[in-house]
Amino acid sequence: MKILVPLKRVVDYNVKVRPLPDNTNVDLNNVKMSVNPFCEIALEEAVRIKEAGNAEEVIAITVGKSESQEQLRTALALGADRAILVETESLLEPLAIAKVISKVVEEEKPDLIILGKQAIDGDNNQTGQMLGALLDYPQATNASEVILDDSSVTVTREIDGGLQTLKLNKPAIVTTDLRLNEPRYASLPNIMKAKKKELTIKNISELGVDVEPRTELLSVELPPSRDAGIIVESVDELVDKLKNEAKVIG
Amino acid sequence: MSILVIAEHDNVNLKGATLNTVAAAKEIGSDITLLVAGSDTSSVISEAQQLNGITKVLSCDNDLYKNSLAEELSNLVVSLASSFSYILAPATTFGKNLLPRISAKLDVQQISDIISIESEDTFKRPIYAGSCIATVKSNDTVKLITVRSTAFDPVANDNSDVPVEPVDASTSANISEFVSEELAKSDRPELTSANIVISGGRGMQSGDNFHLLDSIADKLGAAVGASRAAVDAGFVPNDYQVGQTGKIVAPDLYIAVGISGAIQHLAGMKDSKVIVAINKDEDAPIFQVSDYGLVSDLFDALPELDSKL
Repeated sequence: MKILVPLKRVVDYNVKVRPLPDNTNVDLNNVKMSVNPFCEIALEEAVRIKEAGNAEEVIAITVGKSESQEQLRTALALGADRAILVETESLLEPLAIAKVISKVVEEEKPDLIILGKQAIDGDNNQTGQMLGALLDYPQATNASEVILDDSSVTVTREIDGGLQTLKLNKPAIVTTDLRLNEPRYASLPNIMKAKKKELTIKNISELGVDVEPRTELLSVELPPSRDAGIIVESVDELVDKLKNEAKVIG
Repeated sequence: MSILVIAEHDNVNLKGATLNTVAAAKEIGSDITLLVAGSDTSSVISEAQQLNGITKVLSCDNDLYKNSLAEELSNLVVSLASSFSYILAPATTFGKNLLPRISAKLDVQQISDIISIESEDTFKRPIYAGSCIATVKSNDTVKLITVRSTAFDPVANDNSDVPVEPVDASTSANISEFVSEELAKSDRPELTSANIVISGGRGMQSGDNFHLLDSIADKLGAAVGASRAAVDAGFVPNDYQVGQTGKIVAPDLYIAVGISGAIQHLAGMKDSKVIVAINKDEDAPIFQVSDYGLVSDLFDALPELDSKL
């Protein structure tokens, strides 16, 4: 069995992002970039499936600028067997990314595709579901448990009211939630080994996909700020303020 | 400008977020159709007929849609899509799971999680865990949108006799099946619609200690939530999580107990009207967004608060 893990280079989880002074976009100058945390969970799940003897190959793929090779090398150090970069200078929307990945799926024919449920930059939560639609593969989003059978995959999902379990025919798409697993750190020997693993670079024009943007980003602003209030000295004062000043409790 | 709103329901009741989504639709236009697809949905249909602002209910009552499988529902919505210029769903796990599948089939770039409607094609939405607000213009002829429910007040239930039109089921995709569901049962209000929410974080130290919050919640008629740290530590189930990737809440009163205030948590609650923070670390970032902060050990403060309510 072959597993494809699409992943995304994003601003590191710990960076506080601000708009550019002219509000045309967010300021990404000199900020630390990382693998999107949900994509790390996706990769970890794929590597664990392989380590359990249920898959032969894990392929990491990303669509982005040349610099995204860094994140693919990280993926290789974390256990992916090879990696594919579909290189583009443009910032693609989820629909375009899904179209690009669907072309690669047609070539690679993986049995399972595991992605993060959302990227922490755009917070769109779309790519996995769109890929499912384009390929007519079944999907299980927000996965907290993945169990493989010969012809199907059983996935428990985190939904608003609790948990839901679905059974999908393979090939299938799974998107990961936070509690699916805890990703490992790359060891130094594995980082060294990753440098020798295969990383294929394709230019996006080779795939013949329409990636023209459908939306325009008109502006990026800070949200309305919330001023810090007061520190109360006691529970009595807190109860009094809530009753008589804020009037939010009876 | 005809608008289709996809109703979220459990075959018995409409989910609250549907009412907020209809409210967003009303800001776009007045020709609003609500789709109720499910199994044995008569009680949902009667509720739907009362929603202010809608002109028609489409009912597709078929076992295929009983469990809201995205593979099946997307085929149905795609079959109906040609009559609409907008298709809206709530930005809940239901809508987030479903709408991108429809968008890709219609070759539309969806706009996720909108918080305001600026014009017929321009919307605001949070990005980077709400650190920034993007204004986005859609150039697709059809707009597919998920709606953040806390940004739109729910419509009233004061309509009557909205006509119901049955629609045929689509052919089954037959590539996925529902196995089981484990839904939390609680007598408290739902987290996303409660007027008061009290949440615990890592500082609660164990799941057992959440009873300290439960007791206060019962006195206040509040829902109980949690930070990611508390869920990851196994103190409470996943459906408690408030934050960037959990639930978004905006109650009249939000009480954060033992929560440091990571940006990912703030993303889920900072639009609350009044925020109270109880934390023994006076430097905790939660105090920068709270209206009332109490620097105290929660194991002292909670029993005292409980006794004084």
